[in-house]
Amino acid sequence: MSTKPNVLVLTGFGLNCDHETAYAFALAGAEAKRAHINALIAGEVRLDDFQILAFGGGFSWGDDHGAGVIQALRLKTNIGDRLLDFVAAQKLIIGICNGFQTLVNLGLLPGIDGDYTRRSVALTYNDCGNFRDQWVCLKIHPESACVFTKDMQTLELPVRHGEGKFYAESETLKTLTDNHQVVLQYAMPDGQLADGAFPHNPNGSLADIAGICDPTGRIFGLMPHPEAYNHFTNHPDWTRQLEKQNRAGISTNDRRGDGIRIFENAVAYFS
Amino acid sequence: MPQRIEITLKEQLLDAEGQALRLKAKNYFDIDLHQVRTVHIVTIDADLTADQVERARTEIFTNPVTQVSSLQPLDVDFDWTIWVGFRPGVRDNPGATAVEAVEDLLRLRLKPGQAVYTSRRYCLKGDGVTRQDAEIIAGQLLANDIIQQWAVFDRNQWDPAIGIGFVIPKVMLDHQPEVTTLSIDSDETLTRLSDQRSLSLNPRDIPTIRSYFLKPDVQRQRRQLSLSDPTDVELEYISQARSDHCNHNTFGGRFHYRDLETGKTETIDSLFKTFIEGPTLALKAQKPWVVSVLWDNAGVGRFDADHHYVITGETHNSPSNMEAYGGAITGIVGIYRDPMGTGRGSKLIMGSYGYCVGPRDYSGDLKPRLHPRRLLDGVIEGVRDGGNKSGIPTPFGQVMFHPGYLGKCLVFVTALGIMPAMINGEPSDQKTILPGDLAIMLGGRVGKDGIHGVTASSASFSEHTPAGHVQIGDPYTQKKMHDFLLEARDEGLIRFITDNGGGGLSSSIGESALFSNGCDIQLEKVPLKYDGLDQWEIWISESQERMTVAIDPAHLDRFMALSRQHAVESSVIGTYTDTGKLHITYNGATCAYIDLDLLTSAFPQWEFEAVWRPPALRGLTEPVLGVPEDYASLVLDMLGRPNICSKEWVCRQYDHEVQGTSVIKPLVGAGRDVPSDAAVIRPVLSSQQGLVFSQALIPMVSAIDAYHMTACTIDEAVRRAIAVGGDPDHLGGVDNFCWPTIQYDPLKNPDGKHKAAQLVRSCRALKTMCLAYGIPLLSGKDSMYVDGHLPGRYGETHKVSALETLQFSVAGVIQDVGQCLSMDAKVPGDRIWVVGVTKNELGGSEYYEHLGHVGLNAPIVDPDTFAACYRTMAKAVKKGLLASCHGVYRGGLAVHLGLVAMGGELGLAVDLSRVPSEGVDRDDTLLFSESPGRFIVTVAPDNQDVFERLFAGHPAACVGEVTEGPQLKITGIDGRCLAALTVERMKSAWKGPFEDLI
Repeated sequence: MSTKPNVLVLTGFGLNCDHETAYAFALAGAEAKRAHINALIAGEVRLDDFQILAFGGGFSWGDDHGAGVIQALRLKTNIGDRLLDFVAAQKLIIGICNGFQTLVNLGLLPGIDGDYTRRSVALTYNDCGNFRDQWVCLKIHPESACVFTKDMQTLELPVRHGEGKFYAESETLKTLTDNHQVVLQYAMPDGQLADGAFPHNPNGSLADIAGICDPTGRIFGLMPHPEAYNHFTNHPDWTRQLEKQNRAGISTNDRRGDGIRIFENAVAYFS
Repeated sequence: MPQRIEITLKEQLLDAEGQALRLKAKNYFDIDLHQVRTVHIVTIDADLTADQVERARTEIFTNPVTQVSSLQPLDVDFDWTIWVGFRPGVRDNPGATAVEAVEDLLRLRLKPGQAVYTSRRYCLKGDGVTRQDAEIIAGQLLANDIIQQWAVFDRNQWDPAIGIGFVIPKVMLDHQPEVTTLSIDSDETLTRLSDQRSLSLNPRDIPTIRSYFLKPDVQRQRRQLSLSDPTDVELEYISQARSDHCNHNTFGGRFHYRDLETGKTETIDSLFKTFIEGPTLALKAQKPWVVSVLWDNAGVGRFDADHHYVITGETHNSPSNMEAYGGAITGIVGIYRDPMGTGRGSKLIMGSYGYCVGPRDYSGDLKPRLHPRRLLDGVIEGVRDGGNKSGIPTPFGQVMFHPGYLGKCLVFVTALGIMPAMINGEPSDQKTILPGDLAIMLGGRVGKDGIHGVTASSASFSEHTPAGHVQIGDPYTQKKMHDFLLEARDEGLIRFITDNGGGGLSSSIGESALFSNGCDIQLEKVPLKYDGLDQWEIWISESQERMTVAIDPAHLDRFMALSRQHAVESSVIGTYTDTGKLHITYNGATCAYIDLDLLTSAFPQWEFEAVWRPPALRGLTEPVLGVPEDYASLVLDMLGRPNICSKEWVCRQYDHEVQGTSVIKPLVGAGRDVPSDAAVIRPVLSSQQGLVFSQALIPMVSAIDAYHMTACTIDEAVRRAIAVGGDPDHLGGVDNFCWPTIQYDPLKNPDGKHKAAQLVRSCRALKTMCLAYGIPLLSGKDSMYVDGHLPGRYGETHKVSALETLQFSVAGVIQDVGQCLSMDAKVPGDRIWVVGVTKNELGGSEYYEHLGHVGLNAPIVDPDTFAACYRTMAKAVKKGLLASCHGVYRGGLAVHLGLVAMGGELGLAVDLSRVPSEGVDRDDTLLFSESPGRFIVTVAPDNQDVFERLFAGHPAACVGEVTEGPQLKITGIDGRCLAALTVERMKSAWKGPFEDLI
């Protein structure tokens, strides 16, 4: 094994954020490989060779019967056991947007009481009734076990989805909160929780939930796209910020965007 | 026995789709519903056991957390329920993915003819909602009878055991495919057959076609293959290839142009050769970054040493006019196939849109097939699903309202791709075919879809236009194909690739066969959606999501293996040859045998009479207007005009950041809500280089002179690119013409000669501008016949012609994305400069339109002077002198100062007496003139001197200062305060018109 963790980024069947997700991992110091879901199922690519598995964004199977539903079904039917082995081997899994939707439909999230097969939360149609692209402010739970958000307090990222409303029965919500599994919450620019206020909470998610992890913190799902903040020019305010920095005489050579920190945390977990 | 699953959200969950319908019913038709719940219906027409269906219900179609479902009709309360399903043969994308899921779950294959169909039922609750109301909601909000069927049930009619019953929209043709021979005993016979079969053959072409089939040696060769008179396959092939859509007969035509003022006449032999090809080749010779133009599916420019970018644009007007969603999604998904089929194939990196529709609140007597409001909703949603589901960002677009588009709407779609400069050591932009290469069709299957689509878009829309050419695009199938093709390309498996668009196989095989000089096709190998298609239908069907590829037979196994891995269907349908013939067989019998060079020779050129009567001779004058008094209200009203106001609701539906490449977004500024001048992306993630992209549409100026419309449109597109940091030495263009019919007819098109003259003038301006600005035309398309015949109050019909419209797109390479700019004012105390001269050029302006006039003084571009100024502006950007830069476009200085202030959420104090101007002595002219060539820039006080020195010799002046207090304060020529408007008031006026839309 090289010193860099190997990351598998799934592709095919309408997934579409694979290039930038692989790029973000590479930028963070990982060895990232894109592979077709069918190559994984056929065994041409082996999960054993990877430490991190990334379910990226996109419209798998057109999202026609609920976002991520058919992708989850296909994986569960064909390689469900291998995925559970991967989890049991204490490796990392991240699901972004369509990947998050897939993880909750697989039951890998929220994984309450170590049950990685039960569907107990859902990502459903946005309350606003439409697909929406905007940036959000995120508050990161300081006590969460989530490996990917270690030492982070806030983050700004884009959301781009039509089905991102986090929904669960109130009992499940309480469990998630009590277990510190709620990792990311939509917030106001001042850092206060959005408390459901549109567009800060862009989809009507209960408890402003934007991302959760399993009880171990090794499986992480989120609706916003950290891989789309891979460069400082991705941020919607960058021209404004840069102008002010220039006048204050501040200069920096680091062109990476803050979203990369999520991937760096994953890489650091293996060092 | 079919089975039906009904699924709905649990009661405690908000039904967002139902909510949206409720709001539309209220806003569009004043129908009060207090609740709408949606039921999704999956009808499985296959012999599955009860257990199998139950597994599918629970494991695929029902989310246990959010949904409930049943094999019986769900008991959801309603006063009215409206069921909506597809008509037979219409693409049901969720139905297709449902089949995949069922097969995967149950480990079985559905038999041929078995399928899953999806439909919906909407449960409406509302006091006093009548059947008529429910029918309006069904027919005017939910369903379009071209592609959908519906049923309305009231509570009493509803049998809770039966529900909607079982509607199986299965295509059953019960037809034995047959080839028909058509008699060509006279020109009249062929003309009659052309009309009967909707071949749309031009009468001028008919003698040429007949003479070919009457040649003794042609007849002798045909006899050897048991052919006599031409077959329907052959005539359909010729018709497709000769259609204006494929062959661009209008732009290749001969124009006899006469200027009534000067009396001068001239003949232009091919607008394309004279005004497009000539200058583009001249510029290509000067600009080494131009890689490939004028022959492939899209143009190619160099991005960096290792990558090329690819660009093209087209329209999808006629289908969108009939079925807005289907037409638009097919349009965007279709244009994405062009870069995929350019060179050896490129990866898609962005798309853009331009919509021209009638007024959204139109309430006049004319009855377009779809009200502009509904049409626009559908078009927006179609491009949304097509782009988002393809994983391609849509970071730029425009919406334009004008009554001229009631006759036919315009839907512009543009696509950009990127490809490695070399593939396996060979230039990626070049391709050819060798005899013996296999012809492969891949992607979707062939049905009766879109037959005669090309010829329908080559004719004006009327109530008799066949609806069969409307389709629904399938981005999922295409995305799989896109990913597969890129891998096949990188493995060196693809020798040649092109897309199946207008004309289907007829065009893709017909055109690609020219590279090897022949092709043998076995039509029975083409996979069909259902049986019963005639051979000619297979040959010209425009079923979507298909590409045609030529490969070396040695690569077949690997190609097919990769295709299977990607779940893409690929079929070898023939072999390329060098016989000079297109030879088509079906189960061994020849159904077409034609010399390929028939279509490249011998057809007569189209001819047009063009008569130019200059605007003053047409009676246009400047209006006589006194000076306004209430400037504050005037500016606010201008900001709220439909063509000026915020369209944020459109931008936000489009994923503009997928691929992680976003640099300058469609909406910018402190509130992230003001439209950017242009978009910038960083398509190669590991590179600091960017691609700038912008577009412009100013058809209103055509009411005066399409020459100036064209010059201003190109100028605006270029200026937009410069404003965000574009490099004037590396800009390529795409011209998309949309013109009303130009062939004169005393009864049907009495002003055809004028419209033809407008086209000539437009093309002349195109050439002048491209040469002056140094913009090679990387790609371009024309769409003629933008007319409609709309029923009026008494059943009479009115011909409605669109304004002569050019959409011009510009793309170019930016060396360092870190130097890009946004348009918002940034820091209080910065100086505001206006660069460029404001003249008395209110003709065709938004201001005149607001006051009910057209005027005479069209804005005039001074291309050489402007070009020099843009180079200086680019220098200023490179030196980092600008805090913001924004072009002055529709609505003039008042509107665009307002946007700069709103963008920064800061104030601007502006003194109009300092604005560089010529021949202007009125405040309203300064504020609203649409003179081209102008920018508003803000400059830090420390940079003021350098900036001033740099612009010495250019018309530029400091007109004021950015202020902390968010207020636009305009001082008039005489020193009086004309208006003081807070950002809050301006935003309220500017966002007001569409604020309810999401």
